[in-house]
Amino acid sequence: MSHPALVIAPVIIPLSTAMLTAWAYRRPALQTAISLAGVLAFLLAAIGLLQSVDAQGHLAMQFGNWEKPFGIAFLIDRTGASLVLITALMGTASLVFLLSDADPGSRHPLTLPLVHGVLAGVSGSFCTADLFNLYVWFEVMLICSLGLFAIGRRIDQLDGTFKYMALNLVGTLLLLMSVGMIYAATGHLYFGALSEAYATLPPGLALALLTALTLAFLMKAGAFPLFAWLPAAYHTLPAPVLALFAGLLTKVGVYTVLRTLGDVFTPAPGLLMEALGWIAVATMVTGVLGAAYHWDIRRILAFHIVSQIGYILLGIALNTEAGFTATLFYTLHHIVVKANLFLIGAIVWFWTGSYDLRRVGGLYAARPLLAVLFLIPALSLVGIPPLSGFWAKFLVLQEAIAQGRVAWTVAALLVSVLTLYSMMKIWMEAFWKPHPEGALAPVQGRIWPAYLATTSLAGITLWIGLAPQHLLAFAQAAARSFNL
Amino acid sequence: MTWLLALTIWVTLSTGLYLTLSRDLLRCVLGLAIVGSGANLLLFLTGRIGSGQPPVVPLGETVLSQAANPLPQALVLTAIVIGFALMCFSLVLVLRLIERQRTDDVLDLRLAEPPGGDGVKPPLPTPAADAREART
Repeated sequence: MSHPALVIAPVIIPLSTAMLTAWAYRRPALQTAISLAGVLAFLLAAIGLLQSVDAQGHLAMQFGNWEKPFGIAFLIDRTGASLVLITALMGTASLVFLLSDADPGSRHPLTLPLVHGVLAGVSGSFCTADLFNLYVWFEVMLICSLGLFAIGRRIDQLDGTFKYMALNLVGTLLLLMSVGMIYAATGHLYFGALSEAYATLPPGLALALLTALTLAFLMKAGAFPLFAWLPAAYHTLPAPVLALFAGLLTKVGVYTVLRTLGDVFTPAPGLLMEALGWIAVATMVTGVLGAAYHWDIRRILAFHIVSQIGYILLGIALNTEAGFTATLFYTLHHIVVKANLFLIGAIVWFWTGSYDLRRVGGLYAARPLLAVLFLIPALSLVGIPPLSGFWAKFLVLQEAIAQGRVAWTVAALLVSVLTLYSMMKIWMEAFWKPHPEGALAPVQGRIWPAYLATTSLAGITLWIGLAPQHLLAFAQAAARSFNL
Repeated sequence: MTWLLALTIWVTLSTGLYLTLSRDLLRCVLGLAIVGSGANLLLFLTGRIGSGQPPVVPLGETVLSQAANPLPQALVLTAIVIGFALMCFSLVLVLRLIERQRTDDVLDLRLAEPPGGDGVKPPLPTPAADAREART
């Protein structure tokens, strides 16, 4: 494939798949076939894109051939390309999982078009090099995810949708206003031109503008204290969609913080980075404490999304090449692990019929392989060596210690212990203790696609854990190309 | 003129935020719509205010002088369309919620997050919510 097509492939392929699946509205079998073909094409294109970007540094495209800095541009560097690939991987895993009978939701005919719409929005945000265009991709994501929340039509889903919508709408409006004010101050929207114009801005104005922009992104990322929309809504979703959202949506917010503060507006104001570090610590702590209260597997894991966002933000707040390396490494590892945990939670639901830990049990005796499958991402989330989470946390904490950030390091280590408590709670209750009703009731249904998806994701976690040097070298190269 | 517009934006945003903070579902959504209008006004102000000349290059010339900045108008148009779609969605959503729950008070909407039982552990889900039929 020629390069120009490759640059827009991460957006064009999901968008066309969304259109085609919407067209096949009345024929579920055809719709599923189109959806799987589309996501596989997306995956192949993402692999091709990553290879070209790794060889050339970055790929760019000016739409309509307007000269820079006018017109809308896509610019995909190593960071963007790796995140596009992980988006495609998560899309594939979720859509394969959707073929199983483990909590697939209502299988509404609009589910598949909306899922592909979300994929397009996510990868569009990773590719674009234009601030207003970024806002548009955020809106694409928001509208498609609202649709996925609401099509279940259960009353708790509608309730969750409202809270998700109201808080996210405030976030996008804040984003829109900050984009407008940044344009008014600099006269540019293209990242490269913004980067140059930033140097001429008065420091006070730059701090105010960047604070507004970062606040909007942090709201999307689910950082303290703006994460209330996430645990209020996520657990109402069907499992494959939930895994997709948990893996990708908040990470887009984190990526945009990294892109703006680490690459475009550099050097970022020191005060803002200091504040970001403390926000990261508060996010870690509140997230993990929220998780400790809950007994529903999905709600425990939803709070852990918030907690882990704290670690990723901490890497950005350290504001060095090593910090950004750690952030990218952590993000890539975390997307896989988090989505996998939600999917395994759905398999637990499939065998036991409940997500509440007080109603389940006895799975280690009945399904020992599932127990092993759960332990891989669970211990990786905690950061037990040699799994991927250990290396991710090691990279963040190594840099935090190198900068003498004792308070941040201690907080991060304590949060790891509490994360271990949460994961062991799930382990003891769901797998180790006997089932409250004596034995598991037999279940009918197709489950092999669920195992296929989760085993593959666990394989990726193991690969990152046992051979971290490949991903680490890649993340270092990606951070080195940032405009520090 | 700029100050007048700035004052208008301030009034619009304050009105919108006040309504958004309301416990009433419909007021909350209307407040978000008004905040959206405030954001659109702000975007409009980001170009130069003053010139009313259309940004069209006359035949034979290459450079425009004294024309309005067309970019904010394109941005505002995009934002208006997106805002309109979201507003339609949220109004339908709120109407459906009011219809199903017979209340427009946000504090009564605890369906996704049921309030705690004994204060130490969250309440057990109802058997109906756990049932396979309810989730498929």
